[in-house]
Amino acid sequence: MLSLEKIANAVHTWLYQHFDETWALLFEFVIVGVMVITLFAVLGLVLVLMERKVSSWMQLRLGPNRIGPGGMFQTVADTLKLIVKEGMTPKNVDRLLFNMAPFLAIIVSMVIMAPIMFDKGFQIWDINIGVLFVTAVSSLSIISILMGGWASNNKYSLLGAMRSGAQIVSYELSAGLSILTIVVLTGSLRISDIIEAQQTGWWIFKGHIPAIISFVIFIIASTAETNRAPFDLAEAESELTAGFHTEYSGMKFALFFLAEYVNIFVVCAIGATLFLGGWMPFHIGNWTQFNNIMDWIPSSVWFFGKAFLLIFVIMWFRWTFPRLRIDQLLNLEWRYLLPVSMFNLLLVTIIAIAGWHF
Amino acid sequence: MNLKEYFSDIFYGIKSLATGMKVTGGYFLRHGKEKITEQYPDNRSTLVLAERFRGEVVMPHDDNNEHACTGCTACELACPNGTIKIITKFDVSPEGKKKKAIDTFIYHLELCTMCNLCVEACPTGAITMAPTFEHSVFDRSQLTKKLNKPGSKVRAGIE
Repeated sequence: MLSLEKIANAVHTWLYQHFDETWALLFEFVIVGVMVITLFAVLGLVLVLMERKVSSWMQLRLGPNRIGPGGMFQTVADTLKLIVKEGMTPKNVDRLLFNMAPFLAIIVSMVIMAPIMFDKGFQIWDINIGVLFVTAVSSLSIISILMGGWASNNKYSLLGAMRSGAQIVSYELSAGLSILTIVVLTGSLRISDIIEAQQTGWWIFKGHIPAIISFVIFIIASTAETNRAPFDLAEAESELTAGFHTEYSGMKFALFFLAEYVNIFVVCAIGATLFLGGWMPFHIGNWTQFNNIMDWIPSSVWFFGKAFLLIFVIMWFRWTFPRLRIDQLLNLEWRYLLPVSMFNLLLVTIIAIAGWHF
Repeated sequence: MNLKEYFSDIFYGIKSLATGMKVTGGYFLRHGKEKITEQYPDNRSTLVLAERFRGEVVMPHDDNNEHACTGCTACELACPNGTIKIITKFDVSPEGKKKKAIDTFIYHLELCTMCNLCVEACPTGAITMAPTFEHSVFDRSQLTKKLNKPGSKVRAGIE
């Protein structure tokens, strides 16, 4: 059975046998960096293609179908086009900030990758405050958007960036509170502990209705945090041309685009880890045979399957719901999501203290 | 806002969102059967166009090379952008009576917006919209068309 943990351990021991500690550690850094960048590239290609296919199927269209079997290499061709395009810097922009913003966006989404557990025991950094780290770093992504919007010297960009700021600052709250419900149930911020606690069942089943409510709130808030429709006010095409990345072209635009899609993956991976048990297979009580079959499926397949299921749900949102107005957006957060999630957190705390969860 | 309204708001909000998601989810599952896209250059021979499709104005002629246009110029007056120009003449009947008829029905496809107002204005149903759309040519003068065929005349009985 394919186990990423065994491969990682084999590489680790081989490196420490053949080199001294400093060099081995440096080599591991390089390997991890290359793997993260590869994952980025693959995710960008796969998710953009998935988005286009899902959207076209939901609108009874065909979607990309010319390049490769079933249009599989459409995004590869798009990327090649973006690479050869000129990365133009307009005349009156703040050159340093303008050129830095897309890289900051991509670095932020790269850093969030650190505590995510892709497979059993396969994780870059099992930090003891994993969940806090993720929420803290993910809120940095707004800086790149504000930076790009401000430096572009363009009213559309600035408006888009400001909207995005208001949006992320408010939705961070309910996303954080819904994550907290799981932290309360588990009693740990460490990602591996949270997954371990779901050995007997995923939190969405074990935590009764409050866990389902917080799952729904998490999905809504994370859709808002990644600036996707119906919360894509930051780049509302019909009002602001392209919002904060109006002035970007070529590969710099592609980096923003890539960061958006990788953020979706990260958010969905966190959701899958917290509520759907990360790499834990689906088990039903005492059905030993069923559980054995489920165990036979590699745990990395479980993790990516869950993450992509959530990504599909978020794409489903995008191609169904119309965009909210800014006042509706803030209403939804401050008058509905936040009170509900605070009350929900209280409820979960009572459940956790009384030990009513399974 | 009281508490009951608050929760019913949430409930109806979620319900309406779920209804929308049901529609798109259904499309997603049935996309293979209900495709509305035509694979145009590939299925050119079997292309199915909607009946209401408006590609260009044509004047149908029957087997005797007769049309229904009396030259009343109602279509010319109805056209918002001067697409149609009708040149009339006077036919002299055997009894020596003069009768108005069309000499040339000029139709500028390059100006036409396919608004269908001329077809609606026509009292005798002489012109219709044809479902053709491959109008590209290399010279715009080719788009100025003469709709009545040479030697054609108005069908008997149409005033």
